[in-house]
Amino acid sequence: MSNAATEKLNDFNADLHIHTVLSPCADLEMSPVNIIREAQRKGLDIIAITDHNASAHCKVTGEIGKEAGIFVIYGIEVTTSEETHCLTYFESLEKLAEFQEIIDNTILKIKNKPKRFGYQVIVDKNENILGDIDWLLLSAVKLSLDEVTEKAHNLGGIVIPAHIDRSMFSLTSQLGFVPPDLQADAYEVSKFSTPEEMISKYPYLRNKTFIRTSDSHYLKDIGSVSTVLRIKSRSFEEIKMAISNTCERKVIINR
Amino acid sequence: MKVTDILNWENTSLACGKNSIENQITNGYNSDLLSDVMGNASEGMAWITIQTHKNLVAVASLKDLACIIIANNNKPAHDLLDAAEEEGIPVITTSLPAFEFAGKLYNELNK
Repeated sequence: MSNAATEKLNDFNADLHIHTVLSPCADLEMSPVNIIREAQRKGLDIIAITDHNASAHCKVTGEIGKEAGIFVIYGIEVTTSEETHCLTYFESLEKLAEFQEIIDNTILKIKNKPKRFGYQVIVDKNENILGDIDWLLLSAVKLSLDEVTEKAHNLGGIVIPAHIDRSMFSLTSQLGFVPPDLQADAYEVSKFSTPEEMISKYPYLRNKTFIRTSDSHYLKDIGSVSTVLRIKSRSFEEIKMAISNTCERKVIINR
Repeated sequence: MKVTDILNWENTSLACGKNSIENQITNGYNSDLLSDVMGNASEGMAWITIQTHKNLVAVASLKDLACIIIANNNKPAHDLLDAAEEEGIPVITTSLPAFEFAGKLYNELNK
């Protein structure tokens, strides 16, 4: 019997794509404390915070999550130079900060007009506003999807192109199809599609890992679709193993 | 020239924003990448694209563009039209491919 088989694996309910109030397009109710409360209410064990090109709410959400028994993964939804959205996840706040610096140095810095695009505020755990981000977070970075993937991987990160089925900001809308040679760790489908549908269009994706997430911009959407992670315990390393489908760990899409 | 001059061309029609069709067109810009338009288009330009989603309006409004032209028979999304109406940005649809429309506009502007 292998080591892996002797270890007891558990199923954890995960929603790996949630925006906070920092994303201009997210609802003002999406504060870290509200997100954790809603995740608890929806029975989620693991969530990921993935604001557009920003990560200022990862730490505080992680702290609140810890108290509430919810494991929070630190993430950023990057807008690549092709204007595809790409989810990136990191193990520690240090790695996250290093990656954020790359984003900040390469994003097109255009001043946000909050009235047009929405507010980009940073709040604390009591929802006090600490500040805001001046440049528009929806802008693209000057790095291609391949370059973003490489830089995130260099920091031990996980790379998952977002909502590949959607008609905007996706691989299919921006590149015409899902490139077969991407170095992505998995692919995300939205609640409007399924892995089967994507595989029928792109048969070379049949052995890839898929996740399905809510891409929540409103509290009510959190956990509206989720993905089960079959892992030993809730850690970044275990989640990475599930995504790479190693040592019996795996990702199971809820139907 | 004005937005309303374009509406006299064949193969074009106004999808919304009729209160702003007197907007002056200073120049044109042809791109489907929003960040490119945000970085390089300037006030008064007519923006030719094949994109059809709502975010176009935010970009056009941010850059004070004269109008959005959706080329090649692409149909604007309903929420784009609602947003454009609210922001007062004319949206014109055309059956011409972007290249042909841009050529025609270029010639008109440089007459």
